[in-house]
Amino acid sequence: MTFSAILTGAAGGVVTARNPVHAALFLVLAFFTASGLWLMLDAEFLAIALVLVYVGAVMVLFLFVVMMLNIDTERLRIGFWKHLPLGGGVALLMVIEMWLVVSGRQFSSMVEPTPESVSNTKQLGRLLYTDYVLSFELAAVILLVAIVAAIALTLRRRKDSKHIDPAEQVKVKASDRLRIVAMPVEKEL
Amino acid sequence: MELGQHLFGSVWPLVWTLLKIVAIVAPMMGAVAYLTLAERKVIGYMQIRIGPNRVGPRGLLQPIADGIKLLMKEIIVPSGANQFLFVLAPVLAIMPALAAWAVVPFTPELVLANVDASLLYIMAITSMGVYGVVLAGWASNSKYAFLGALRSAAQIVSYEIAMGFALVTVLMMSHSLNLVEIVNAQQGSLGFLQWNWIPLFPMFVIYVIAGTAETNRAPFDVAEGESEIVAGFHVEYSGMAFAIFFLAEYANMILIAALASILFMGGWLSPLPFLPDSILWLFAKMSFILFLFLWFRATFPRYRYDQIMRLGWKVFIPVTLVWLVIVGLLMQAPLRGLPILNLWFH
Repeated sequence: MTFSAILTGAAGGVVTARNPVHAALFLVLAFFTASGLWLMLDAEFLAIALVLVYVGAVMVLFLFVVMMLNIDTERLRIGFWKHLPLGGGVALLMVIEMWLVVSGRQFSSMVEPTPESVSNTKQLGRLLYTDYVLSFELAAVILLVAIVAAIALTLRRRKDSKHIDPAEQVKVKASDRLRIVAMPVEKEL
Repeated sequence: MELGQHLFGSVWPLVWTLLKIVAIVAPMMGAVAYLTLAERKVIGYMQIRIGPNRVGPRGLLQPIADGIKLLMKEIIVPSGANQFLFVLAPVLAIMPALAAWAVVPFTPELVLANVDASLLYIMAITSMGVYGVVLAGWASNSKYAFLGALRSAAQIVSYEIAMGFALVTVLMMSHSLNLVEIVNAQQGSLGFLQWNWIPLFPMFVIYVIAGTAETNRAPFDVAEGESEIVAGFHVEYSGMAFAIFFLAEYANMILIAALASILFMGGWLSPLPFLPDSILWLFAKMSFILFLFLWFRATFPRYRYDQIMRLGWKVFIPVTLVWLVIVGLLMQAPLRGLPILNLWFH
């Protein structure tokens, strides 16, 4: 109950916060609370994975980008009232759809709780690598393609970049950089 | 225990857990304080000087004097700083460093929460430490602090991957995410020869180095880089707020040392089979790793930023991936038959 209240509050904060960094932090809070909820539902692997992946990695990168952006909130506000009817309509539609799905018969609890002794992680692993191995691998390949595509799209080889070859750096000896010259004393003191 | 039950009634389990938490955190804080002294002393002797020797006998009270000094100092919030986040950042920095200790086993019985997925829990909790640094840098409203925060975020995120792969090989060896079982899997009649550090030696090295990078220690301390960006993310902090960042860094060092001992060096197991297992072995192993951290700091110059990234992404991650495959191959049919592998693979 407390958790869901915090979760809803944080989710509201994500949308209403004026400062994008605050919004990102509200999202972190939302993820964290959601993971707490899952933990109480005995889904400890999912809960920890949520924190590990979303809070620990994804949101850090998000924050990283958001902090460096200079977002003009006033300009974002201009179209608010014009787009409100459309946005509200879509939101209403989604709420109705979700309500239909959740109240449907398929969504009622059909899973019997697992016995305490069985490790959640082991069970998930067994299922992922046996019954669902194909979809699992498919998802992995799609992610890989996405990564390669993102890099290929943004990679540009700059001619003026000061590229350094580490192998050459390692091979450098003191005699390559420093020359000690024997000089005769110019004037007797 | 019965007296406690009588006194507190139904809230006794909560009180008991709190007492256990205090029993872990209080000695930890003491260890942190004296680790700072040890660092100054060790580096002092390595640089042929004596180090602090004025406060108390042989300088033994120095950390306490430092603590009092930091407590008395004024905390200054820079103008234009985001006050709430500025104060929250140190809290976020120290929280994961302390929370991770909940699942660290000191002996098979001496562990606050012996949960199934304790290794995962530690990875999840420690990955949150970066928020303290990032928010400190951003909320300070200072260029230097912000640069430090960005450097640190990029570095921690990159090294976490290599660290994660190193942990995956450990859990392949022990078939468990539970830290107690990971140590128990390293038990054997040959003592230290059967610990994970032999079959996973490259992983052990990578784990310790990545641990140094994760805790922003020299030679990976570009987040602070006092010669480049003054003091990095905590340049605007003073007094106790600064001290908390300091505590968090050292608590993280001790945590990494404890984890390296548990995962690769058999935790509380004794190195020689005829000696009994004891918590003292764990402390000895942790001290060894901590000494390595201090030694690194006195020995190596700071890495250049692009070299840090290269080391993390182009050296460590490929090495861990290759070793992951090797461990997998060793566990499979043709190689698994080799009798020597029975020492480590169960």
